[in-house]
Amino acid sequence: MSAIAPLLRDVTALRAAIAERRVGVLEVVDHCIDVIGRRDGELRALREVYPERARRRADAIDAALAGRRDDPSAAGLLAGVPVVVKDNIVTDYGTTTCGSRMLDGYASPYSATVIERLEEAGAIVLGKANCDEFAMGSSTESCAFGATRNPWDLSRVPGGSSGGSAVAIAAGYAALALGSETGGSVRQPAALCGVVGIKPSYGRVSRYGLVAFGSSLDQVGPFAHSVGGAAMLLQVIAGRDERDSTSADLGVPDYLQALDDRVESLVVGVPVQYRSDANDPRVAQAIEQAVEVYRGLGAEIVEIDLPLTDYGISTYYVIAPAEASSNLARFDGIRYGHRAVPEPGEVLEDLYARSRAEGFGPEVQRRIMLGTYMLSAGYYEAYYRRALQVRRLIAQEYARAFERCHVLLGPTAPTPAFPLGGKADPLSMYLCDVYTVNTNIAGACAISIPCGLADEGGRRLPIGLHLQARPFDESVLLRAARMFERATDWSELVVAPSA
Amino acid sequence: MPEPLTTREVEHVAKLARLRLSEEQVERYRTQLSDVLAHIAKLGELDVAGVEPMAHCIEFVNRLGNDEPAPAMPLEALLRNAPAVEGSYLAVPKVLDDGGGA
Repeated sequence: MSAIAPLLRDVTALRAAIAERRVGVLEVVDHCIDVIGRRDGELRALREVYPERARRRADAIDAALAGRRDDPSAAGLLAGVPVVVKDNIVTDYGTTTCGSRMLDGYASPYSATVIERLEEAGAIVLGKANCDEFAMGSSTESCAFGATRNPWDLSRVPGGSSGGSAVAIAAGYAALALGSETGGSVRQPAALCGVVGIKPSYGRVSRYGLVAFGSSLDQVGPFAHSVGGAAMLLQVIAGRDERDSTSADLGVPDYLQALDDRVESLVVGVPVQYRSDANDPRVAQAIEQAVEVYRGLGAEIVEIDLPLTDYGISTYYVIAPAEASSNLARFDGIRYGHRAVPEPGEVLEDLYARSRAEGFGPEVQRRIMLGTYMLSAGYYEAYYRRALQVRRLIAQEYARAFERCHVLLGPTAPTPAFPLGGKADPLSMYLCDVYTVNTNIAGACAISIPCGLADEGGRRLPIGLHLQARPFDESVLLRAARMFERATDWSELVVAPSA
Repeated sequence: MPEPLTTREVEHVAKLARLRLSEEQVERYRTQLSDVLAHIAKLGELDVAGVEPMAHCIEFVNRLGNDEPAPAMPLEALLRNAPAVEGSYLAVPKVLDDGGGA
């Protein structure tokens, strides 16, 4: 067992080891490339790996650190920290495909703002992580390049859409990973893989260079093995960006500074709707135990009523497909992306329709169709306008809840990881996100942290605790999550089997 | 509960969405999309009279960029991913039939 594996689970310790030159950055990168080489044949979490580029950057950072023994922080907050990024965040090296044949081989001419910020902070991008096609899915099965497996049980899904990013952390490929969320695509795979995942408030992180899906819902979010690691990554990527007019013009608090401070008189809200009979009993039990952990830490527990919880999926499956059908109209096979082989005498419009039919997989086609239908003449009022009205009601319901509590507590997902192919019916897949979509609809922030392991035929499957906080209240969210992490052993116990 | 979609409606939507679908795909999507629409019909239960639609969860005002010239992206970088080019142009099939143009 390498001495580096445990360091990847504790970014603070990794940074200290690198800064004090107890471990070389190249050694860290070599370890990660080795683990990826040994494990990814079966896990299929990464679509592309950049070993040479990563080693070059490692050498450069090692050299810079050797010259700065007096001030190791000068090399950046994430100096030498290995990171994996979801395949819908563009880099000006390698390719970015969104898990789609439509973008097979697409080499972006620019890098996303989050990539620039990561690399300025000294992080080393190891590769691109698999995801559901165009981030549409909850299992990473709709990826055109093959489904990703859950390291806890290879016959099960890792969740999605950012499944590859979650697996990269769970299987020890990297210390940190970036995913993206439209309705739970960071938190749900984090829960199913036993890692930490954050959905930042809408506007907290720049979307420039994140391939657009549902523009009023999308956010980039961090994965790590611990709350502290995820907070560190959020610290680096958060903040206004001139190139994204929806990034909020608000200062970024020091998330790390206050992480271990007690939240004075923390009030935890438990919505009655989150204690649904539809939850797996092992999930329900783990969540009740989490409530008792907070009670034991002196938090006040209050019951909250969120009657619109059950309307979230319906609202989401109007807004997200409507926005997706507009955003994905750009893929026409002309400027970039897949183009069908032109047929003699074919006019341009036929070429568009054949290129899109060949390039997009079934889930993407379904959502484009759904969005197109709901935005078409005669249906706009009944679907889109009504969903936007319900969106306001949901946001108001959240605002009222946060007048009574600091965080809302519940399960991230109703069940642990399900078998590959277990949700072939699209609607049953959509219902996986019942507890997460309303966060995006309301623009709030949320986190999933490990809170238990379910026995499943001799194997163990992770369970995720979901905490939500009001928009731009990430500091309180992170502190509440850290309180739980420190009081329990879950972040130590939830380590995926290594083979 | 809304009526299930008809084959003609699905074909029309596919045309609007610029997706050339097979008969078998049309039928599969007809069933699946009808199921999803039946679920979404739940929104009809809520009284939304007088509620202002919320397009964005954070109510931003338009933000104008600074009107400062900056270098454009190099042409070769933009054309690198194009499926077909002629010189420094994107190549496409004829937009109009013969004899229909200028």
